[in-house]
Amino acid sequence: MRPIRVLVAKPGLDGHDRGAKVLARAFRDAGMEVIYTGLRQTPEQITQAAVQEDVDVVAMSILSGAHMHLLPKVVALMKEEGVYDDTLVLGGGVIPQEDIPLLKEAGIQEIFTPGTTTEETIEYIKNNLKRDLS
Amino acid sequence: MSPLELARLTLAGDKRACSRLISLTENEGTGYLDALKAIYPCADKAYVIGVTGPPGSGKSTLTDKLAKTLADGGKRVGIVAIDPTSPFTKGSILGDRIRMGAVSADKNVFIRSMGTRGSLGGLSKATANTLAILSAYGCDYILVETVGVGQSEIDIVRTADTTLMVMAPGLGDDIQAIKAGVMEIADVFAVNKADKDGAKKTQLEISAMLDFRMDWDFKPTVRLTVAETGDGVDGLLGDIMAHRDYLSNGGKLEKKRAYKRMSHIRDIIRDRLDRRVEELMADLAACTDAGRDPYSMSEELIRKIDLTRI
Ligand SMILES: Nc1nc2c(ncn2[C@@H]2O[C@H](COP(=O)(O)OP(=O)(O)O)[C@@H](O)[C@H]2O)c(=O)[nH]1
Ligand SMILES: [Mg+2]
Repeated sequence: MRPIRVLVAKPGLDGHDRGAKVLARAFRDAGMEVIYTGLRQTPEQITQAAVQEDVDVVAMSILSGAHMHLLPKVVALMKEEGVYDDTLVLGGGVIPQEDIPLLKEAGIQEIFTPGTTTEETIEYIKNNLKRDLS
Repeated sequence: MSPLELARLTLAGDKRACSRLISLTENEGTGYLDALKAIYPCADKAYVIGVTGPPGSGKSTLTDKLAKTLADGGKRVGIVAIDPTSPFTKGSILGDRIRMGAVSADKNVFIRSMGTRGSLGGLSKATANTLAILSAYGCDYILVETVGVGQSEIDIVRTADTTLMVMAPGLGDDIQAIKAGVMEIADVFAVNKADKDGAKKTQLEISAMLDFRMDWDFKPTVRLTVAETGDGVDGLLGDIMAHRDYLSNGGKLEKKRAYKRMSHIRDIIRDRLDRRVEELMADLAACTDAGRDPYSMSEELIRKIDLTRI
């Protein structure tokens, strides 16, 4: 069985990536190949990484409040590149409850708010991959 | 999409197909060998630059800047960046993209991160195939960043046309290790972090080591660089191109690539034999008979290898 490949990206301009790093390590310890891109990624950079790295999951952690703009932009670009249908696109961070339905409508499959454990996130990924692992 | 369709689209320059084909090959999925055979006529077109040196010396940052310079000059560039896979969890964090901000959204640059996935050297088993695929996709140059520890330097020499060794001041014992064994493998040196104290001293030490040998056909240059600002990167690229020119005279590049093909064939055969040996060992796992000696048992197993199953 091949490993799950996950892109952990940090869009937006805020300077904290502690949460993203914790997530990256948890994914690695769960046996995944984690492509970690670091801070301040543009939607274009995230999309190119998703295409070139052929990932199963794009996990974006965001704190800056620009989620309503940045996350749907990534979805739109991924559709343009033809990779959206095969990729699980996830968001996490401090995101107001009322924005969550709107983000899901825009194509983010799931939003994980600060209460979620890494175990729950990993479980969710394993159960919702869009491609098989054979 | 079928493997042959992926191969056809990769040859036509389709980025997504190229990416899929790399995964198929890395995972040794059904039909991957057929796809590799189909792209083979274009597998050798790219010029391969190996980037090695101790962790933290600035390989990724320098690779980013070299790729940017090449891409700005109108070239299509591939980057393969290898990081270690944990032998326990089989997971990995592939973090070289963090330092590749100058080219990570460039449509003319294709970056692929790979885990070593059990390979002991500084490259992964699938590296040679990935280079072939990126070449077929249309890359003019491919930069391969190794893990940068232990024996990885040997692997990279067998894989790259030009090998760049990146050093930096303040890495201590690593320099000693490099001096002890692998001076001979680098075609070009960079002493990166030239903005820091000790860079000149490191440059002199390396030059002094190189001076020990008198009979150089191509004596490596030792270039000071500051990868973070791009200082010295144009000069370094010039050094790499000088080595390329050197190889292109008198059939040296062809000879090097013939040697590379031999290594690749040897690796493929060894890998397949190895797998068969593991199968036989698995059958044997139940055997706890301490009374039998390992010599006659291995002879017995060798007779069972069965060439049709390799
Ligand atoms: N001062 C200084 N730091 C640098 C330079 N180049 C890279 N670095 C830093 O050195 C660290 C390691 O760089 P990286 O490219 O990841 O090294 P690698 O492990 O060899 O790939 C990072 O924090 C870089 O920002 C440089 O020219 N000068
Ligand atoms: Mg690196």
